[in-house]
Amino acid sequence: MRSVLTTDPDPPFSALRVRVELEIPSDVRCIERVVELVAQQCQYLEYNPRQIALNVPVALTEALSNAILRGNHEDPGKNVQVRAEVTREQLVVEVADEGDGFDLDECTLDPTVGEALMREDGRGLFLMRRLMDRIERFYNHRNIVRMTMRRHD
Amino acid sequence: MSFSIKKQGDIVVVDVEGQLIVGNRQELKQKVLDELERGEKKFLIDFSQTGYIDSSGLGVLVSLSKKIREQGGELRLANLNDDLKTLFELTKLDTLFQIADSRERALETF
Repeated sequence: MRSVLTTDPDPPFSALRVRVELEIPSDVRCIERVVELVAQQCQYLEYNPRQIALNVPVALTEALSNAILRGNHEDPGKNVQVRAEVTREQLVVEVADEGDGFDLDECTLDPTVGEALMREDGRGLFLMRRLMDRIERFYNHRNIVRMTMRRHD
Repeated sequence: MSFSIKKQGDIVVVDVEGQLIVGNRQELKQKVLDELERGEKKFLIDFSQTGYIDSSGLGVLVSLSKKIREQGGELRLANLNDDLKTLFELTKLDTLFQIADSRERALETF
């Protein structure tokens, strides 16, 4: 794990930028620690309590579990990389797995209507999109999901 | 994160301590299903000590709700904080579950 706090000698608080880089095995038991670490950085930069307690934990848990379960199929020989950059403006977090990727729009269902409401699965991407301001998926040596959330007071 | 189960009268009360997420949802599911198999019919899950719930945690609650109803039982939820309430509202699961503001209120309404 690498955590970098970029500061000037006497910076205004607004200029602070925290970067976290992690590599974790494809094991869902690692999720909680990663979430806690990223949420702590948001707390340090005074994000809204709801963002710290709800938006970040739930959206990041979904991204990590997708990467571990669907991307890497829990293969112990594969890992998941997480890069988060937190500023007073926004959180950008990227989760990269070793899978083939997926179509974000095709895979996002609306779990709130009809029989989907009674389904056990199908809420993950929907929640990520509702809880973050932007979700992107792209390929750059790995399958990457990037989530962006603006800081609220 | 852990789950504790106790009986209050004929109601099985489950406390969710910590998160209810992909890493531990099966444990909750199995514990409740074991009680259902023993013949219990009334279940209350109390979230007063819960941090956050992910989509797989929500999915387990939906699945348990169906299984309990199929056996002629009832599942109620209590003590969702504002963040958890928002999660249920976003997914419209607040329309599927009977949610009480307190454990006492939930126990009274069985």
